[in-house]
Amino acid sequence: MCIYRQLIPMSQTKLQIINNLQPALIVTKREVRDQFRDWRIVFPVIMLTLIFPALMNFTARQAVRFVEKYQAPIVGDRLIPFLLMIVGFFPISVSLVIALESFVGEKERHSIEPLLCSPLTNNQLYMGKSPAAMIPPILASYLGITVYLAGVHLQIGWSPPAILLVQILLLTTVQAILMVSGAIVISSQTTSVRAANLLSSFIIIPMALLIQGESMVMFWARYNVLWWIILGQLLITGLLIRTGLAYFNREDLLGRELDVLNLGWAWSHFKHALLGRARTISQWYRYEISQAFLNMGVPIIITSIVIIIGIIAGSQIAKHFPLPVRLLSFEKLNQGFVEELEAIKFYSPIGMGAIWWHNIRTIIIATLLGIFSFGVLGLVVLMLPMGFIAYIASNVAMSGSNPVTFLVGLVLPHGLIEIPAIILAGAAILRLGAVLTAPAKGKTIGEAWISELAQWAKITCGVVFPLFLLAALIEVFLTPQIAVWIFSK
Amino acid sequence: MIATEGLSKRFNHFLAIDHIDLNVGKGEILALLGPNGAGKTTTIRILSCILLPSEGKAWVANYDVVEQAAQVRASVGVLTEHHGLYNRMRGGEYLDFFGQIYNLGQVLRKANVSQLMEQFGLSDYINRPIGEYSKGMRQKLALARALLHNPKVLLLDEPTSAMDPESSRLVRGSIRSLRSEERTIVICTHNLAEAEELADQIAIIQKGKIVALGSPTELKRNLLGPEEYEVELAQPLNGYNPILPKETDLVSSGMNWLRFSTENPQELNPVLLRYLLQQNLQVVSLKEIPRTIEDVYLQAINTNEPNEITNY
Repeated sequence: MCIYRQLIPMSQTKLQIINNLQPALIVTKREVRDQFRDWRIVFPVIMLTLIFPALMNFTARQAVRFVEKYQAPIVGDRLIPFLLMIVGFFPISVSLVIALESFVGEKERHSIEPLLCSPLTNNQLYMGKSPAAMIPPILASYLGITVYLAGVHLQIGWSPPAILLVQILLLTTVQAILMVSGAIVISSQTTSVRAANLLSSFIIIPMALLIQGESMVMFWARYNVLWWIILGQLLITGLLIRTGLAYFNREDLLGRELDVLNLGWAWSHFKHALLGRARTISQWYRYEISQAFLNMGVPIIITSIVIIIGIIAGSQIAKHFPLPVRLLSFEKLNQGFVEELEAIKFYSPIGMGAIWWHNIRTIIIATLLGIFSFGVLGLVVLMLPMGFIAYIASNVAMSGSNPVTFLVGLVLPHGLIEIPAIILAGAAILRLGAVLTAPAKGKTIGEAWISELAQWAKITCGVVFPLFLLAALIEVFLTPQIAVWIFSK
Repeated sequence: MIATEGLSKRFNHFLAIDHIDLNVGKGEILALLGPNGAGKTTTIRILSCILLPSEGKAWVANYDVVEQAAQVRASVGVLTEHHGLYNRMRGGEYLDFFGQIYNLGQVLRKANVSQLMEQFGLSDYINRPIGEYSKGMRQKLALARALLHNPKVLLLDEPTSAMDPESSRLVRGSIRSLRSEERTIVICTHNLAEAEELADQIAIIQKGKIVALGSPTELKRNLLGPEEYEVELAQPLNGYNPILPKETDLVSSGMNWLRFSTENPQELNPVLLRYLLQQNLQVVSLKEIPRTIEDVYLQAINTNEPNEITNY
């Protein structure tokens, strides 16, 4: 009886899912069929499926022969799996083009309008069009991998470990989904393929950075890291799908008619978001900055966690790559240390300005990287100095000295101000980068991004940079004195 | 079948349509006229549930466009402003695809596709890629798409644009027969003669507001005044000022003709002819001065400030 009762709703739900998917499937079938009629898609796919893997086979064979001559087989061993990843990636890069063409191309040619008038729901249309952009490139990618593996196996007898093959297939698939879901978000914000192609740099640049990272992993042969990369991409894909579903609706698709770069509007929107109703600096700090802090809780926690991970990673790396002990003799700091700093005019406003500018520059670079990587690379940049400090502190500990003395003497006097400022800056960068992955109710992505840029400016220019100035002042005029005092004891 | 109450649509700071009230009954045709950017397409897009109204309510096929959008979409056939066809698909295949989207069974789909292709003279092109179709053929195919699922309501944006005269006549004939099948039709058009020929009601929209609404006869009478007639006389008037019945107004006169207006031509025209005969003025002809919807349109657009709706 109990089982019977459970079965009825389950089958109804199933039926509902099938009913929802069926119209989406009709759209998918049409689009896939249409793509196979377009030589602009078929030709590159054939090239990347059959000719490119054969070329990679040839490259792999030549490379293996070459490195064997110089007794460096490890290079060949690493190159073959790396080329497997590349062979898988190239065909799926076409999915970005197909997705842009399928979404914004249809909008530009107005062929999406009859579909929008039909009983298809927004989600069905999304679910129908997205797989259509992925299926042919993914199939081409799998076929390319097969051709490459068959060639490599026949020519040099290499077969990948099953787990690596699974990882590469998963990586390829997730990357295709990631690019398509990103392309849909972009498509929902533009009305022309040209504009979408320009905006697709927001996908291409992070993907290029990602592939570089993956290449390092492949050459380093730390294949377990691929799981983390897959997981990370899955998370971002989930966020992009959520955003895509939120923006892929009839109102947003046809509500905008023109892609006009309205700088006047953008500036006034930014100014309004930055200044709010504040008339004086004190009002701005009292109302606007304090308001900006209200939304920083979660990003601050995430940034802090990332920095802690950086610290742990730095100390772990120290175990593998220890520094020579002679470099860690801080006890001799009082012997000429102050004089050397004086010689380079460290104790001057110029020295302070140099440190301040260095920190500002780091934040600007981290912000730019963060914009193109959903905030991730921005955090990585900010994680590095903390990892480096941890690396030195661990080396100090391993050399038999007290790391606390090192930290108190050389880091903490200015670090007490600089580190919270870095965490705040990281949190602002994370929010700015992540704005693309979170749908903003009642706002376009452009509006949401400009608003978030204003929040970033509030935190960074209003709090972080002044804190950096204070930290630079301490670093120049106080920290060396404390260091000399501590280490001369 | 179609009703709107205070329907408005705002895009940021731009008010595309401003408190539009419409009422189109079963088997009626409403023509929306207006300059480019007046808000006609936006109105059609709201009625076809593509855009959400910013204010006001609208019902299509007795369903609320916001609350019951799915039912509205299933009951409406839309010919969009741009036909939006897939060039690499074949004509028949394209209609079949939309038939599937509208959840029509295979047999019905097949029957409807061949019937519509035949109705619009496209049977010979059923297996040809749409890219090879002429502009007019594409427009007809798009119209066939709108009719495929036998909708109760048709929203047609420029149904005869880009068509040759023969095709236009064919399409107009189809629209007339659709009206006789008790369907409600809204047409957006710049073709004023077409609007006059087909529409039971005409709404002239300017800057998002309806500046004139009514049947073609009502619009003519109310915007252009009473009907005017011209009498051609056998001999010149030579400065003679003829006496006319009380309820007719002399508008102008020439050497051997005079033009007058009257509210009640059925009763007063025979009286006027008798008057003229009694004054020994021999009448060669009496004809109505033709007044087109174009006159009405220009009058409405040029004289009406779009801050007051004139209902006729």
